Amino acid sequence: MREAMATLARLQARSKAVGQQYYFRNSVVDVFRKKENDAAVKIQSWFRGCRVRAYIRHLHRAAIIVQKWWRSYSSRQHYQLVVKLAYYTMKMNLYNEMAVRIQRRWRGYKIRKYCFDYFYLKEYLRAVTETNDAIRDALEEFAEMKEREEKKAALEREEKKRDYQARKMHYLLSTKQIPGIYNSPFRKDPDPWELRLQKAKPLTHQRPRVKQKHSISLTSWLACTSNRSFPRSEILPPINRKQCQGPFRDIAEVLEQRYKPLEPTLREAEPINELKEAREDLRRQEWIRNVNDNMFLPFSSYHKNEKYVPSMHSSSKYGPNSYGCQRFRDENPKKWICPKDFQTVLPSFDLFSKYGKLYSKAGQIV
Amino acid sequence: MSQRQVLQGVMSLLRPLLLDVVPTIQQTAALALGRLANYNDDLAEAVVKGDILPQLVYSLAEQNRFYKKAAAFVLRAVGKHSPQLAQAIVDCGALDTLVICLEDFDPGVKEAAAWALGYIARHNAELSQAVVDAGAVPLLVLCIQEPEVALKRIAASALSDISKHSPELAQTVVDAGAIAHLAQMILNPDAKLKRQILSALSQIAKHSVDLAEMVVEAEIFPVVLTCLKDKDEYVKKNASTLIREIAKHTPELSQLIVNAGGAAAVIDCIGSCKGNIRLPGIMMLGYVAAHSENLAMAVIISKGVPQLSLCLSEEPEDHIKAAAAWALGQIGRHTPEHARAVAVTNTLPVLLSLYMSTESSEDLQVKSKKAIKSILQKCTYLPALEPFLYDAPPNILKHVVGQFSKVLPHDSKARRLFVTSGGLKKVQEIKAEPGSLLQEYINSINNCYPEEIVRYYSPGYSETLLQRVDSYQPLAN
Repeated sequence: MREAMATLARLQARSKAVGQQYYFRNSVVDVFRKKENDAAVKIQSWFRGCRVRAYIRHLHRAAIIVQKWWRSYSSRQHYQLVVKLAYYTMKMNLYNEMAVRIQRRWRGYKIRKYCFDYFYLKEYLRAVTETNDAIRDALEEFAEMKEREEKKAALEREEKKRDYQARKMHYLLSTKQIPGIYNSPFRKDPDPWELRLQKAKPLTHQRPRVKQKHSISLTSWLACTSNRSFPRSEILPPINRKQCQGPFRDIAEVLEQRYKPLEPTLREAEPINELKEAREDLRRQEWIRNVNDNMFLPFSSYHKNEKYVPSMHSSSKYGPNSYGCQRFRDENPKKWICPKDFQTVLPSFDLFSKYGKLYSKAGQIV
Repeated sequence: MSQRQVLQGVMSLLRPLLLDVVPTIQQTAALALGRLANYNDDLAEAVVKGDILPQLVYSLAEQNRFYKKAAAFVLRAVGKHSPQLAQAIVDCGALDTLVICLEDFDPGVKEAAAWALGYIARHNAELSQAVVDAGAVPLLVLCIQEPEVALKRIAASALSDISKHSPELAQTVVDAGAIAHLAQMILNPDAKLKRQILSALSQIAKHSVDLAEMVVEAEIFPVVLTCLKDKDEYVKKNASTLIREIAKHTPELSQLIVNAGGAAAVIDCIGSCKGNIRLPGIMMLGYVAAHSENLAMAVIISKGVPQLSLCLSEEPEDHIKAAAAWALGQIGRHTPEHARAVAVTNTLPVLLSLYMSTESSEDLQVKSKKAIKSILQKCTYLPALEPFLYDAPPNILKHVVGQFSKVLPHDSKARRLFVTSGGLKKVQEIKAEPGSLLQEYINSINNCYPEEIVRYYSPGYSETLLQRVDSYQPLAN
């Protein structure tokens, strides 16, 4: 029993250790077991992984080949499109470029030829400048000319004024006895006014300016139309005039005689060379009026263009002598009294011009 | 007694004298009435109210020439003050008698009648029409041909007053054959006559192209240019008015004037006078340049631009400055050459100062702004544009910067000059809203330059450099 108890006690004392050892040995194995298990798992997983990776690699390669081919195909399509586009663009650019060149040339030509001629503009502006210069010169000249004229006019006015002054002051001229105020003996030369006074003509008394009548011809004097002629006989005598006492003639008659208008004889009324003047007048009028100076002959005498040939009996070289009919002066001009020719004067018959118009009643039948 | 009562008294005293037996008293009374009416429009109204006009008109037809002159003087004196008084004269039937007086033998009577008709026709178109309907125009044209200078003057002034209102009236005057006679008399040495003739021709020519062509066909060019050199200021003014009225209608007429050397003559005339006399000449240059660029170039080569810029700077009146600014705008707006020709004479700063000054009138400001804008939009002459960068207001600055942005990308010398003159610096200092036109222009200018230069000139660059110096750690050695 004691041994059993001792063994029990020993076993009980060792039971903890046994338990610990049991636990410990289990756990050690476990430790290794876990480790080994892990290792096995790892190896297996690695291997499985390699297998799968190889499979995947294989798949990848296949996929890559498919994709490669597909991509090359589609890229080639795309590339062809791109090339076509680029080619097209290049062609269009070239065309545009060429079109621009043509348009440039054409537009330049059109503008220069039809719309805007630059050289013509320059020429025009140059012409305008020239015209401007010419006009400026001409205007300058004109202004200068005006100035000169004005100055001349001013000078002339001054001269006239001074002249007039000198004429008014002519009495200030110096004489031999008394030197004038402008000719002082202490001066070397006389004053210019002195010389002017010497040249001046003294002013006469100013006659009242008679207005210039235009010359009244004899006919209007006859009619007595001017204001200063005698009043006509239409003026009646004043009504309330007292009758003068005595054997006087009727006042109306007296006034009529007094204010009778002038009645010159024919000899005085017409000018002396009236006939000659009338001939001249007629000739002048014919000269104005006639287109053709030749005398019109009657139609019947158109065929009569033969010159008249006088017969021998009636023609001689001794014609009529003009002395005694046309000329009356001496043959010898040295004997003439005056060089002027005699004038024919119309003879007058005064006998009947005053008949019945005289104031006196002599010779009238009562 | 108030003045009005005095007037009534005087009128009632003078009125019976008009009916006096002695003709001298009648004439003197008429003369007195005329002088009173001439002085004051109240007195003229009193003449009308006192019922004197019918009596005058009645006796105008019958009396001798002295009375006619005095009566016509009264009618003229009454008619000159206002349209209502002139209408009163027309209503009492004076026009027919005045026209009869125009046929009188005595030139003094004709002159008085023509003067009265001219004053009546001056006021408005209806009165002018009434004068024309009375048959005055052919008689006035006959009066112009008379030898007396005073009569010619008055007849020309009457024709000018008639034709100024409307084209129909001007056509009536032309139909009576006035233009030929007026054109012949341009060479007359009398200055006052020339004034009236040129005024008459310009009133005729101003209405329409046909009338202007008819005036030109009367061969007034180049004779009219001699009038531009006359001593009398108003002859010059009226001559340039005539040329202006002709030039403003069509480019062909302007071309005709330029071909005849009119541009140079007008420019010389502008140079030789001052003040309001210059105004028509300035406007004429503006009209000619406005028609086409060739004509504007013709104005430029006739040395018009220096003269106009002189006018702009030295004239004291605002309306003349406005006209000069407008004319310069018309010249410079066509092509870059034109703009350059204007910019070279240094007028752009003057225009800018006129635009900015507060003393200029509104009209002047508007015109100078338009001129600056139109010239700037074509100007590629950079030395003239640079001063604008510094003192222009924003709305003009936009155009200036725009022009720079157009020119700089193509011209390397200009770029260099732009940098050295400090323009780039100024451009960087301009504040612009992003996305606005100004910002785009600034960007395009900045693109012409390398990055460093732009950064160098941007404001605050020195501060950034200094900041970099501050933050720089020297390498420990």
